Amino acid sequence: MKQFKFFLSLVFTVAIFYGLNTKFGSIPPVGKFLNPYTGVWQNEKSTDGFQGIENLQGLSQPVKVHYDQALIPHVFAQNDEDLYRAQGYITAQHRLWQLEFQTHASAGRLSEVVGSAALDFDRGQRRKGMVFGAENALKEMQKLPELVKNLEAYRDGVNSYIETLSPADYPLEYKLLDYKPEPWTLKKTALLLMYMTDMLAGGDSDLEYTNFLKKHGQERFDLLFPDFFDIDDPVIPSERDWADFGEVEVPDVPEGELPKDYVSGLLPKPHPDNGSNNWAVGPGKSYSGNPILANDPHLGLNLPSIWYAMQLATPEKNTFGVTLPGAAGIVIGFNNDISWGVTNATRDVKDWYKITFEDESRNRYRHRDAWTNTDKKIEEIIVRGGETYYDTVVYTHHGPVTYDASFSGNDELIGYAMKWAGHLGGNNQQTLLELNKAKNYDEYKSALKHFVAPAQNFIFSSREGDIALWVQGKFPNKWEGQGKFLLDGNNPDHDWNGFIPQEHNAHVKNPDRGFVSSANQHPTDASYPYYVFNDGYEAYRNRVINDFFRSKEKFDVQDFKDLHNNNYNLKAAELLPHMIANIDITQLNPEEEMLLGEVSGWDFYNDIDKNGATIWERWWIRIRNMVWDELAEEDLDMPYPFAYQTIYLLKNAPGDKFMDIMETEKVETASDLFLLSFKEAAKDIKNWKENNQGYNWGDYKSTFVGHLLQALPAISRFDLPIGGNSGIVNATSRNHGPSWRMIVEMSDPPRALGIYPGGQSGNPGSKYYDNFVDTWASGEYLELLFMQDDSNTSGIMFSQTLTPKQ
Amino acid sequence: MKSTVSNFILTIVLAFVLSLFLPWWSIMLAAFISSAIVRLRKASTFFVPFLAIAVFWIIYAWLLSSANDFILAKKVAVLLSLGGNALVLILVTGVVGGLAAGVAGVFGNQCRAIFSQSDQ
Repeated sequence: MKQFKFFLSLVFTVAIFYGLNTKFGSIPPVGKFLNPYTGVWQNEKSTDGFQGIENLQGLSQPVKVHYDQALIPHVFAQNDEDLYRAQGYITAQHRLWQLEFQTHASAGRLSEVVGSAALDFDRGQRRKGMVFGAENALKEMQKLPELVKNLEAYRDGVNSYIETLSPADYPLEYKLLDYKPEPWTLKKTALLLMYMTDMLAGGDSDLEYTNFLKKHGQERFDLLFPDFFDIDDPVIPSERDWADFGEVEVPDVPEGELPKDYVSGLLPKPHPDNGSNNWAVGPGKSYSGNPILANDPHLGLNLPSIWYAMQLATPEKNTFGVTLPGAAGIVIGFNNDISWGVTNATRDVKDWYKITFEDESRNRYRHRDAWTNTDKKIEEIIVRGGETYYDTVVYTHHGPVTYDASFSGNDELIGYAMKWAGHLGGNNQQTLLELNKAKNYDEYKSALKHFVAPAQNFIFSSREGDIALWVQGKFPNKWEGQGKFLLDGNNPDHDWNGFIPQEHNAHVKNPDRGFVSSANQHPTDASYPYYVFNDGYEAYRNRVINDFFRSKEKFDVQDFKDLHNNNYNLKAAELLPHMIANIDITQLNPEEEMLLGEVSGWDFYNDIDKNGATIWERWWIRIRNMVWDELAEEDLDMPYPFAYQTIYLLKNAPGDKFMDIMETEKVETASDLFLLSFKEAAKDIKNWKENNQGYNWGDYKSTFVGHLLQALPAISRFDLPIGGNSGIVNATSRNHGPSWRMIVEMSDPPRALGIYPGGQSGNPGSKYYDNFVDTWASGEYLELLFMQDDSNTSGIMFSQTLTPKQ
Repeated sequence: MKSTVSNFILTIVLAFVLSLFLPWWSIMLAAFISSAIVRLRKASTFFVPFLAIAVFWIIYAWLLSSANDFILAKKVAVLLSLGGNALVLILVTGVVGGLAAGVAGVFGNQCRAIFSQSDQ
């Protein structure tokens, strides 16, 4: 009996231990997680920082760090290496989990953390060549010893922080997912930059276009996907003539056919709304004579925020703005002499080549009508709680063969290889560090030269009174039509043969109109001597912005705030009156009539209290889906026509056969669709009303800022009262929008405002985790405290001295 | 009664010391050792270590969390579907620790019994 009790209690003990020490699905190991000594309770301790002295190994001299009321650190170091070491240390202190998680995502290593659920994602990342691109970027960075020293200092700063941690101190997410941080490396910085490159320059529609072309023909393609819209108001004003470029060489269109394949099972694309606004007025258009500049990058709205605000100063420079955790220096910001910002330049820098393999071994492929050797990279994907997955990715001189028989394909001898500017290996990090200390237009211009991808519209203003905008990236010099569709991997004329010389990248300095701006629209008009086509340019925000700056003589900071928060829906203004005029109202029931009356009285502003905005948005989604039912019904991946062109067709080609709804007998026209889609929209609103009180735009949109782990409740913020939408200057859609808003007036010293939907701390247990969210939603800003010297500490909450370890 | 109190105190003291350098299962070890040393009878073999660790964890969790206005505890109580109630999370923490300690205490008691039997 005693033996039996002994064994029974042993079994219970082991079972309890195992049960409380093991992660089950999304439930963390309960014993480990709830233990007050090392579990989640420890994260109630403040990680915000404290007044006093901290050791930081490797510093050459002490570094002063002042934290203001918003927990923004103001870092004063004696040299660059100390500065970036401190930046790494402080960033890790506030954002360690995010810092690492983003690079794991970039490298296709999420399965290591979350298990097989992430395997498809990881395979996609590997097959896109994310690590390949990061390694190429790292090689470029290593050519500059000074840069390497700074990045190593940043790395060591991060690692010094990690070394101070015991498991009790790990950020909450490590405990939830039950894993631990690993040391930071230079390659992780390169991976972070690839993460951004993929987010902003990872999109293309070449294969979808190819499918469409094969199915519907060239004429239909050109109608739906024109190279230019008829209303383009390009980034570089049309007044710009390109005579200063002299003779320009553009390759001739080669003879020979493009391959016409149907390709399906394509990888997910970056969010289509990834984009931004920026604008600046020169002295002539500024109320004070000082240039004023603004920027708001539109990205997914996440917690912790993608941005982390900092002031970084040495005796040689003093820079303020937002950083990307993982990269050294300020990404968007200002110093005493200049300010700068970026919007995505959206260019087709990703092309696809049809590859023919010699045999199933895929050891050789056809190029220049000869068999050429491939390289193979075996991708090892560690899967938590499962077997390690091995994926062989074949590389050609174009780049990785993303799609082949082992991924989305079925023909052993055919593959589709990616050529991507993201693989070229740029030195974006060097651009950032040079911009941080740039003092004038020439230094800004020279800093940009290293920047390869993702191409950006770099807006600039200086205290000297210059404003400028460069569309900067490394762009292949393409023949007309090159890379719009699938290319022939055998034909060397289809290769990227040369690049647009950097000095011929579209740019403008101090234009006569007195302002510069960009909002992801077409970079130039058709007069630009190089080949650029519309690969998804935005058609609305840019016109609202430019019209605003043409509307009066002088602008002040309040005007800039108003424009950031401008909810005018130009798309609605261009289609809605036409729909209302052409809908057959005799077919509406009283409830629908009421809604039509309501939307007819709407003023085209997507403000939170407007019911009309909700009715319009439902109507628009419904009609768009009805027009393009032909494309959705096919198994093939098809491109989604641009909103602008959809509206153009609805107004100008009401009898086009795309208007027909495939599944009905009747042949519909645009006005039939207006009626049918309105009835569906009315049904949507009725359904919504059953579960909700009202249907004003704010409630209906219910904007949220979601934690990076699938917007886990409790550590995300929901139902934020903010207007706007995609395509509106205030581009806040449900979970996407202005991820940082900045306004800088180049006075002496510069005065700046900024806000982002998050908080400086990545710790959900900190009151600084999400304390900016409400300010952001209400359209307000923080007055950024731009310290001119480290002894004046007004507005400072506490100060730290980081000292070299003895 | 005396052994109950001694076990209770010894379990807490051991848990306090062992937790300083061992992971969460230090409380199981503490309950195991103290029950192997101080003999308990019947239901108390489970409930004394259970209560000792539950009290210990509840007090420590409460101290940590109250200093931060329970900001994180409320959030974790949502994540673990406990209705966002920090006090419930604290109680659950106590029960989890108590359960582990109680079982380990029973095991410790059985070990002592087996050993003392072989000694005789």
